[in-house]
Amino acid sequence: MNIAAIMESMEYGPAPEAAGPAEAWLARHDHRFDLFIAGQWRTPADGGRLTSLNPATGRRLADIAQATAADVDAAVEAARKAQPGWARLGGHGRARYLYALARLVQKHARLLAVLETLDNGKPIRETRDIDVPLMARHFYHHAGWAQLLDSEFPDHRPLGVAGQIIPWNFPLLMLAWKIAPALAAGNTVVLKPAEDTSLTALLFAEICQEAGLPAGAVNILTGSGEVGELIVRHPDIDKIAFTGSTEVGRLIRAATAGSGKKLTLELGGKSPFIVFDDADLDATVEGAVDAIWFNQGQVCCAGSRLLVQESAAPRLYDKLRARMDTLRVGDPLDKCTDIGAIVSPKQRSRIEGLVRTGVIEGAKLWQPEAPCPAEGCFYPPTLLTDVEPAATVAQEEIFGPVLVAMTFRTPAEAASLANNTRYGLAASVWTENINLALDIAPKIKAGVVWVNCTNQFDASSGFGGYRESGFGREGGREGMFEYLTLASKKPVRKTKTPAVLTKAASAGLPAIDRTAKLYIGGKQARPDGGYSRPVHSPAGALLGHAGDGNRKDIRNAVEAARKAEAWSSLSGHARAQVLYYCAENLSARASEFADRLRQMTGAPKTAAAREVDSAVRRLFAYAAWADKYDGAVHSPPLRGVVLAMHEPQGVIGIACPDDAPLLSFVSLWAAATAMGNRVVVIPSERYPLIATDFYQVLDTSDMPGGAVNIVTGARDPLALVLAEHHDVDAIWCWGGADTARRVEAAAAGNLKRTWINSPGAIDWFNPLTGEGREFLRHATQVKNIWIPYGE
Amino acid sequence: MLKAQKVVPLDRGRIGRPDAPAAAHNGAARRNPGLPFDADLIESLRVNRSAAERRAATLPGRRTVKKEWQAAWLLKAVSCLDLTTLAGDDTPGRVHRLCAKARQPVRRDLLERIGVGDLRLTVGAVCVYHAMVEPAVAALAGSDIPVAAVSTGFPAGLSPFDLRVKEIEASAAAGAREIDIVINRSHALTGDWRAVYDEMRAFRAACGAVHVKAIIAVGDLGTLRNVARASMVCMMAGADFIKTSTGKETTNATLPASLVMLRMIRAYGEMTGCRIGFKPAGGISTAKDAMAYQMLMKEELGVPWLQPDLFRIGASSLLTDIERQIEHFADGRYSAVHRHPMA
Repeated sequence: MNIAAIMESMEYGPAPEAAGPAEAWLARHDHRFDLFIAGQWRTPADGGRLTSLNPATGRRLADIAQATAADVDAAVEAARKAQPGWARLGGHGRARYLYALARLVQKHARLLAVLETLDNGKPIRETRDIDVPLMARHFYHHAGWAQLLDSEFPDHRPLGVAGQIIPWNFPLLMLAWKIAPALAAGNTVVLKPAEDTSLTALLFAEICQEAGLPAGAVNILTGSGEVGELIVRHPDIDKIAFTGSTEVGRLIRAATAGSGKKLTLELGGKSPFIVFDDADLDATVEGAVDAIWFNQGQVCCAGSRLLVQESAAPRLYDKLRARMDTLRVGDPLDKCTDIGAIVSPKQRSRIEGLVRTGVIEGAKLWQPEAPCPAEGCFYPPTLLTDVEPAATVAQEEIFGPVLVAMTFRTPAEAASLANNTRYGLAASVWTENINLALDIAPKIKAGVVWVNCTNQFDASSGFGGYRESGFGREGGREGMFEYLTLASKKPVRKTKTPAVLTKAASAGLPAIDRTAKLYIGGKQARPDGGYSRPVHSPAGALLGHAGDGNRKDIRNAVEAARKAEAWSSLSGHARAQVLYYCAENLSARASEFADRLRQMTGAPKTAAAREVDSAVRRLFAYAAWADKYDGAVHSPPLRGVVLAMHEPQGVIGIACPDDAPLLSFVSLWAAATAMGNRVVVIPSERYPLIATDFYQVLDTSDMPGGAVNIVTGARDPLALVLAEHHDVDAIWCWGGADTARRVEAAAAGNLKRTWINSPGAIDWFNPLTGEGREFLRHATQVKNIWIPYGE
Repeated sequence: MLKAQKVVPLDRGRIGRPDAPAAAHNGAARRNPGLPFDADLIESLRVNRSAAERRAATLPGRRTVKKEWQAAWLLKAVSCLDLTTLAGDDTPGRVHRLCAKARQPVRRDLLERIGVGDLRLTVGAVCVYHAMVEPAVAALAGSDIPVAAVSTGFPAGLSPFDLRVKEIEASAAAGAREIDIVINRSHALTGDWRAVYDEMRAFRAACGAVHVKAIIAVGDLGTLRNVARASMVCMMAGADFIKTSTGKETTNATLPASLVMLRMIRAYGEMTGCRIGFKPAGGISTAKDAMAYQMLMKEELGVPWLQPDLFRIGASSLLTDIERQIEHFADGRYSAVHRHPMA
């Protein structure tokens, strides 16, 4: 090329990253890979293979193995065999291995980056400057958690074997997010990379060998989606961690229901990118580039819905269009490429289809004039304006470089539009007014909120969604809990409910009839069906009747709970006042409650009195916690802070056990409400009158109507209605294995959080097991708010 | 080498004073006539520092030039150099040597080897104190390389106002074709943007047909918002160029401050249709630094802003590093400083 001519055009020219070393690595393996099981490379049981392509060229990179059920069994067995030894190594021993992995990732940084770009099609800039450094950082950070495990997570133990399934959009980063915390906590791993992008996971397997990782600690199985399903359904796996689509996440929730497998789901999103008229609009435009044109928009937390204040919209759109003209779409290995290849032709046609639908439904389309490369799988950066919330492209996750834009008038409307989605993964907020930013951030239903930035990640700060974007967190202290369990926790077991004897009441002057009703929205309500259930003493005497609640009663109770939003916005101090007041009033009526317990359960006098006293203490405990379960301030490498806020789940359905019927009932709803949740409680099926007596305590203790709702009746069918309800955010269920399965399967509908326990699993009288942080963790979710600062 | 540039249609309704002199320097484009002082506009400017820093930090990872392209970009950077000496020990002899280098900044044999022997490459200007304007003009006679004079009580800009204006007139009379003025940071830091505007307006008037660059001294301004405001005020008051630094502050040109200034140039262009030039100065000493600024110009403003009528780099030692890179490109071996004639 003629230098004088370049001086006229001032083009960038080609700047290709050399692919030679990565190609040599593929050639060394004969372009053919086996499965990594028990530290060895193994041919798949039936010799099946899949072809891995470079999406930028369509050329074959290598053949990978298609694992079979026998291979999955072998990998799980290897992991199971390795786990006790891995755990026994202790925190420091595991920290040494994780440190070695971090170091080796850095030593092979460029090879990992280039191979990732070849396999996935994302620009080399992103693999080199973002994915691989974040991956190394994740292993370093978790070497630290391994080191501190005993002191920072006392009374916890690893879960055992973790089955991990990762997507194709960030193969290396998601691998690190999965493997690092699992290993740090003392678990062993069976990981399945996505079928389109398995190669870097296989390179990582070699890195594990170089680090001398004990055989079986990390096993890597490649293949199609069925391999993932085999892992999900494998009976000897204790934990499933999945990142991928909401659709598959729902299937996994249903498939693991009742299995006792702990579950983390990191799913789809339609994250809002909210721009107020006082934002630095030039900065905002670069933010949009990082939000939706990062990784071709194939990012679960991509800021794909642009919500802009009406007055700023024309200026912002002009700036965005001008900026889009300078985005470079092309060869992912070129160092000047901003937007690389879409991972597969299937994904590209999905994007094309959705954009077409958007235009048909009235959106204005804008794409830069510069053409995409003719060869390979590319899609241009795209802006759709005049999109209404009802449009398909405003609701569906596009998973491509397509930004859809709509306007708002006020901060309140911005929050409403932001939350008008089933998802809740991330959001970013652009304003130079810190009051506005910090007012909006808590109002958005999302696990991560970025203020004046976007797509920031760090191992120290948990990542994960609200609503149908999944549950559980990856990264930080909150992420470690996903791979640990309480050392005291017993597994879910089948229980039999003892048969109820019936016996005629003894003669004498009749007591005045008391009618126990349901308690909904702060009012006593007759059961919708008009039926009651008899309540007997252990000796069979009829003690009274409790309302036989049905699905309409549950519906009414959930509606009341949803409306009682005011409870969630009260300060912790104010909630504590109500809980203390409940304790005061319960204490004043202690003997009456003790008598009721004795009648119903046949407990001796002292035991009944002890249960009432414990309930009073428990109310004190949660009143105490109400203003003390603080979040955290994380310190990622940035000038700024990340606020990890504990937010209530919202509406929690609780199905109580029969053991310690007063104490367990109080323990559960008090933990939930102390954190600002509103609850619908199904009290003990056998001993419901203790709960119906309790609504008088609530009435006299200033508990606002709707914060606590009580529906008596048949526990399991009612729990199922709660589990199916789309406006319930979480369900806590004490029931048998069958109930657990049905409730968790039903919870897949809106991916509500579940907390499943078997009766007798918790010693309610022991404050170490019957109250405290474990309960509060289930009552809250962590929102990480990133606030870079500096004037 | 100067390309005729497409003129963006003017929005005449928003242009301020109609008495702006016709510009000789700014290519075919119309010289900035300025705007009336607009306090609301100055107040409304917003800059998010973290976001600006992020953009500046990631850009060098997003763009690069290699091989012939790198050579071309570096030669282009040479053509945009304001080759500078601003020291207390400057003498006519020292300035003469600098001017000789300005005429022939890269060894002729090197240029021939890479196929641009007929380029007639010179630097953009020679930049000196007033006292050295006459020797510089004499040394550059017949070359068409302009002499730029730093002025208005450079670098602090705190000498009596009338003397600062007279200094401009004296340098212009001595043959300087460009004047680099400094703004009064005291006015800026106390929020008296009107006073900054008025002084700049007077400097521009004193310059007459001479091209004026306004040094806003980003290192003294404390915040990027002040950088944005000072940039906008100087353009409103008629600056042809805005320039980051005197080279004498503790912090001189930085990419984030430059980014903010470029965005103000873009905003001003959108308001008026005028193209304002940009000059980073101070601390730019490697070829890599120079290319980072060129990429920032191209990305934020476009290719016209890579030409010397809209882009200058104020530097004294940068040229040597560029020469070494050019020699490396020419024969594939790493070069040494002593192989290139000193300035």
